[in-house]
Amino acid sequence: MNALQRFLDSDFIYSFKRNPVAMVSFGVVVLVVLAAVLAPWIAPHNPFDLASLNLLDSLKPPFFQTDGDPSFPLGTDDQGRDVLSGIMYGTRISLEVAILAIGFSLTVGISVGLIAGYVGGSVDAVLMRIVDVQLTFPAILVALLVDGVVRAVLPPSAQEALQLDVIVFAIGISRWPQFARTVRGSTMIERGRDYVMAARVIGISSPRIMATHILPNVLGPVLVIATLNLGLAVLDEATLSFLGVGLPPTEPSLGTLIRFGNDFLFSGEWWITIFPGATLAVMVLSINLLGDWLRDALNPRLR
Amino acid sequence: MALLDVIDLCVEFPTRRGILRALDGVSFSIDPGEILGVVGESGAGKSLTGAAIIGLLEPPGHVAGGQIVFDGKRLDNLSQEEMRAIRGRHIGAIFQDPLTTLDPLMSVGKQLIETMQTHMKLSDRDAKARAVQWLEEVGIPAASERVFAYPHQFSGGMRQRVVIALALCAEPRLVIADEPTTALDVSIQAQIITLMKRLAADHGTSIMLVTHDMGVIAETCDRVAVMYAGRIAEIGPVENVVRSPHHPYTEGLMGSIPSLEARVERLRQIDGAMPRLNAIPKGCAFNPRCGKVIERCREERPVLLPTATTMAACFRANEEAA
Repeated sequence: MNALQRFLDSDFIYSFKRNPVAMVSFGVVVLVVLAAVLAPWIAPHNPFDLASLNLLDSLKPPFFQTDGDPSFPLGTDDQGRDVLSGIMYGTRISLEVAILAIGFSLTVGISVGLIAGYVGGSVDAVLMRIVDVQLTFPAILVALLVDGVVRAVLPPSAQEALQLDVIVFAIGISRWPQFARTVRGSTMIERGRDYVMAARVIGISSPRIMATHILPNVLGPVLVIATLNLGLAVLDEATLSFLGVGLPPTEPSLGTLIRFGNDFLFSGEWWITIFPGATLAVMVLSINLLGDWLRDALNPRLR
Repeated sequence: MALLDVIDLCVEFPTRRGILRALDGVSFSIDPGEILGVVGESGAGKSLTGAAIIGLLEPPGHVAGGQIVFDGKRLDNLSQEEMRAIRGRHIGAIFQDPLTTLDPLMSVGKQLIETMQTHMKLSDRDAKARAVQWLEEVGIPAASERVFAYPHQFSGGMRQRVVIALALCAEPRLVIADEPTTALDVSIQAQIITLMKRLAADHGTSIMLVTHDMGVIAETCDRVAVMYAGRIAEIGPVENVVRSPHHPYTEGLMGSIPSLEARVERLRQIDGAMPRLNAIPKGCAFNPRCGKVIERCREERPVLLPTATTMAACFRANEEAA
């Protein structure tokens, strides 16, 4: 109770309340996340349920056009699947992939960064050269490469079952170097501080100093980058799916929906690709704006 | 028997321009329950001596010679792991700036508990109870309510009290206090010094008090070591060193303390500056600044020899008395 009150009175909330962009972005993100998480309960149709599909409903335009059907507010695709429901389920998958991938990136990046920054010397040099090398390739290229290699190595049966894990791994492995660099930099600053010296004087072990003293103190900037990268990871997944190496069509993410809809764009059924595309754009934009605000709000020098 | 014996300790820093000898043949001892003051100008090697004893010299600095014997056991050749078991448990440390010595994101109680549980088998509940006890003992009001408050919720003086509790809570036998009052204002300094003195007496803890404040030394210590350019110039009971110094450098230091009674136009100072580590003169390191310099001082390095009341590294220490 007391803690909640303190939180509501904090500078952080004050800055949030005075920043309309942050508030709107936050609203959009909450809305999108809620719609995605609650999709199985609130979506008007279930696009995965083949039994409920009716080909007579196919290629219906959105409700505001003359042929529109109010039960399919944003129209349907060529198989009669509701575009709105597709978007809700698609966002769910996109977010799931992005969050898991960034979680993976964070774990690897933070561990590598802490060890490199704290231990220093040749360990630092080796780890950072790996980071440097990986940063010379665009993230999406790394993801494509990893995806391709994993697919070539795994037997087809395993590919089917592990499709989600493969794409999470591919995106995650392509984004960890940034986290590692940031954490390493902050760790090098923190390790010179007296409280770290004091912890060493007390006789606390190095792994414990890293985990309980340095990590909380370097987490701020990392979380900001994580937020920004979350938006980028959604785009990565969409790009991979758009290129056809992402998730299977049976579990369409936003990227998959956009790819399918793309074929209908020039025949006039614009809604199949434009609505998922707009959702993706608005969601990523909101996440990025929120991340921008978070960076400013958590940086005392910019206040 | 002495609790800590430092014998002919040398610390070196290899650099591109050759090896810098930051500590050169430093020897002293601390008895159980004794408070030893270490004074000297900035860069004289005071803090370095402390860091060498707790085994936390910043690389590339390293012990290049001599021995550090604590409670009959050599410390200077222990592995990192073995040293870690001694730090905090047997030798504690207090640093200069209480604002930065505490982890800003961990409550003070948690820091105390972590320290105690690192070295002693204590249940969470017992550790918490002892944390509250320690905060009370160092004079934090309403300790039981504030045990889980964060460092920024305390004032500077209160924070230094927490730091002292942190250094003492694993009940070490020796505490190295590196300028513990420098960052505090004068009225708080006196409180902290009194507190440290009381706690040392209550728990039988020895203290090595590093400072450049002669007032603090005179008030607190049993014995005092005066350091100059990585060497000990004079060491002895605090009264004797302050009242009747035998080394010209100590004399200079004492002379530079402003007196409240005498009104003078200019404050007295020792002319010149301490030599850089790569340019320590031959013979006595103090010879270029010394008013009593003789030919021998420029050629031969003096060793610590007993004088009437202290030990001084000066060829002319005894002729004064004679």
